[in-house]
Amino acid sequence: MAVPTLGLIGAAIVAWLAIGTIGLAAQTRFGFVSRGLFPAGAVAGLVLAAGAFCAVGAPPQSAVLPLGLPDLPFHLRVDALSAFFLLLLGVAGAAVSVYSAGYFRESEGAAPGLLCFQYHAFLAAMALVLVADDAYAFMVAWEAMALASFFLVTTDHRIAEIRRAGYLYLLIAHIGAIAILLAFGTLKGGGDYTFASMRAAAPSPGWATVAFFLALAGFGAKAGLMPLHVWLPEAHPAAPSPVSALMSGVMLKTAIYGLLRVTFDLLPAQAWWWGVVALALGLASALFGVIFAAVQTDMKRLLAWSSIENIGILVAGIGLAILYKAYGKPVLAAIAMTAVLYHAFNHALFKSLLFLATGSVLHATHERSLGRLGGLAHKMPWVAALALIGVLAIAGLPPLNGFVSEWLLIQAFLFTPTLPQSFVNMLVPLAAAALVLTAALAAYVMVKFYGVIFLGRPREPGLAYAKDAGRWERAALAALALGCIVLGLAPSAVIGWLDPVNALLVGATPGPGHWLMLAPFGEERSSYAPLVVLAVVGAVVLLTIQIVHRLWHGRVRRSDPWDCGFPLQTPRMQDTAEGFGQPIRQVFEPFFRMERELPSPFDAKPRYRVRADDPWWAWIYLPIVRATEWAGRLAGRLQHGRISVYLTFSFVTLLALLAFVR
Amino acid sequence: MTAAGILSQFLQAGLALALAPLLVGWVAMCRAWLANRSAPPITLPYRTIRKLFAKDAVVAHNASPIFRLTPYVVFGAMVCSAAIIPSLATEVPFAAAADAIALVGLFALARVFIALAAMDIGTAFGSLGARREMFVGFLAEPALLMVLFTASLISGSTSLPSIVDTLAHRELAIYPSLAFSGVAFTMVSLAENARIPVDNPATHLELTMIHEAMLLEYSARHLALLEWASALKLLNYSCIGLALFFPFGIAGGDGDWGAIALAVPALVAKLGAGGFALALIETVSAKMRIFRAPAFLGPAFLLAVLAMLVHLLLGS
Repeated sequence: MAVPTLGLIGAAIVAWLAIGTIGLAAQTRFGFVSRGLFPAGAVAGLVLAAGAFCAVGAPPQSAVLPLGLPDLPFHLRVDALSAFFLLLLGVAGAAVSVYSAGYFRESEGAAPGLLCFQYHAFLAAMALVLVADDAYAFMVAWEAMALASFFLVTTDHRIAEIRRAGYLYLLIAHIGAIAILLAFGTLKGGGDYTFASMRAAAPSPGWATVAFFLALAGFGAKAGLMPLHVWLPEAHPAAPSPVSALMSGVMLKTAIYGLLRVTFDLLPAQAWWWGVVALALGLASALFGVIFAAVQTDMKRLLAWSSIENIGILVAGIGLAILYKAYGKPVLAAIAMTAVLYHAFNHALFKSLLFLATGSVLHATHERSLGRLGGLAHKMPWVAALALIGVLAIAGLPPLNGFVSEWLLIQAFLFTPTLPQSFVNMLVPLAAAALVLTAALAAYVMVKFYGVIFLGRPREPGLAYAKDAGRWERAALAALALGCIVLGLAPSAVIGWLDPVNALLVGATPGPGHWLMLAPFGEERSSYAPLVVLAVVGAVVLLTIQIVHRLWHGRVRRSDPWDCGFPLQTPRMQDTAEGFGQPIRQVFEPFFRMERELPSPFDAKPRYRVRADDPWWAWIYLPIVRATEWAGRLAGRLQHGRISVYLTFSFVTLLALLAFVR
Repeated sequence: MTAAGILSQFLQAGLALALAPLLVGWVAMCRAWLANRSAPPITLPYRTIRKLFAKDAVVAHNASPIFRLTPYVVFGAMVCSAAIIPSLATEVPFAAAADAIALVGLFALARVFIALAAMDIGTAFGSLGARREMFVGFLAEPALLMVLFTASLISGSTSLPSIVDTLAHRELAIYPSLAFSGVAFTMVSLAENARIPVDNPATHLELTMIHEAMLLEYSARHLALLEWASALKLLNYSCIGLALFFPFGIAGGDGDWGAIALAVPALVAKLGAGGFALALIETVSAKMRIFRAPAFLGPAFLLAVLAMLVHLLLGS
């Protein structure tokens, strides 16, 4: 019997909307909202995940809802691709909901009921984006998602900076939405706006290219692809941590979903050079993102830049898949695509985990600046231990999940010499070099993130009162950490399960796996068995401990730190976030817009200040702002405030129009 | 998987564990000879390790579990990588579990743990060492990967035994891509093993140290394990270099006991020569300022990329 997957998914969406409405009605009853409604939302998320899990392997199911304008009903459809992203949404959404049950405090920001409504509307809108099967429903859901997340970002709207971040976010979201709308318009061809007729439309190569680049710009703006990334490091830190987790972990993936849907599903064929552009843009984003993450001093902003990096890696992988598919190498495309999908899921897990961990740190210390944290591993052992798993995973270390997707992507890169065009053959190994540089820098960033927050000694006396996260928060963090471990240890099972998605997107699947060993091209070519690696390293560790303790002893004496015998140590002597990022700032100086304030030697109170800003502001955004202001001033000359002048303008316009139209 | 394969697997890991301190002792000895000093005994690293194991471990009051776990994790990662590098025979059953990329991943795991442990106590030197180690690492790790990529492209496989098999059975000639890779690999190995010109293993001068700064808070068995692990790391890098660029004398994958027996003295001889070369490089070069490290490792990375391009262009 077929599982009514679309029914389950629809039920979850309706449940989210209902929970949000109840929350709106029960504005003031804080306990009910946080302990009743958010866990209920988590259950709905699990239902959605269950439906999506069954839908991946099942044939597509569709429905038509008589909503919206007359003659424009909502078309819904669940196929393997939507199901994969719905599963991601359901899993991450459930974890974040559980966390939120313990996170929101009565006295903070917006009224809890309002927050509950916005939060669940956001979840429902994201799910609708993923099941929409016509451009109209897609855009409605897309805009609902943007609006709900805008209101969530500006929860603390009394702070001017947050209002500014929200405005920037909304602005770029709408620029992106226009591009997406135009992309759909281009794709429409002769038929209507359903995705089915777009698939059948078969646009000419020129129009297909226009549609692809509009989609890349539109979805890239949402995903934070360079140069449309500037909103991301502003908006993510401004939002409450569970919302940051959802935005970074899930919402950015809806943009990846859209890009995949348009490129591989709606467009009939791909040109190889689209892949080169996507690869270049993706790698530039990745490298830029990770370099900027290394110099951040705000923990949430650091994670936001790291999201730009990860999105860059995803887009680079998509570019590689386009390249392989265009050259008629579907199996290689399938491996690149597997890496993209795997990494998307991984990123949803570990980035949510880390954002939620910063939320717990924020609650315990009321501090976001890395320069005022430190030593929290002792005060918050649970959060520290679970965040460590996330950090090791995002740094791409075996045997966790980040390494699996990195490994797959590198394997896909190493196969390019089989392509017919020598220019591309040269290019792709260079891209592989950029990718491994990014991966190595990611480890740098994560050591900084974890080391400065959780290790060392507390940099402020107030940190002594920090308390570990509560039960709800711990449960959510533990669930996400478990996900990182499972995806790290059982990649073959997951990849086998992804086959329908790959078949839909690129028309091929990677080679059959071994349950223990990941070997997409066969064992003689390359193989990786995370369970065996973990078992061997673990066995060596345990054996060493046993042997050392048996042969000698296990005595430990506690004492003050030695530090080369230097007696006067203060926590201020540890590296700050600026200090830890300084080598990167120095090596990659041309990437930053540096602002330095150096003291003169005769200064009584010498002051040294350095700021490393995003140069894209100066390169693109400020010129646009200036041009707009200039155009505005020019138009302002028309404004005189005298009715007779305006009537003259109207008259002249009318005459001109008559002359033209006649 | 044959009996010879399993035997050579264990022989290889055991030999690596046993030989690693000897290699460190040998390099120190050569350095002393080259500097016209009287040399310390070659067994000194063994004695140091034994002495350290017998002592009581002193741990700072504010050390977290990461600090105490790190020596074991680093040691485990190094033993694991010693087991997958085909230094004696190309039939190493465990190598199927982790290929060249996973090998670099294991090195990165060790690096991240040791950097975190260095930041754990919250001393100035610890975080300084961690920062510098990650700084050197982010340049050296991609370069090492690119070297391994070039070898993978030549052999069409990222599995280390297949790479070595392919390289060992090519006709004897100078391949430009391998020459570039070899130079890049040498530079990376110097940096990664805390050797002159990037770091100095013999100094405790605060301003110059990288690796030692991270170990300052360690004592007794923890220090012993970390010293042993860094000796193993040196041995691992040497074995990778020997396997990629001098893959002669490594037993093939046909379970030939005689070949394995012959591979042991060949490996020892090659390591002896390699250790002497390392000592020679260290003697004739000067330690550079930490911020010159990019000027040293950047070219290593570019050379490695160049090697790959040369391979793709010339097919050799």
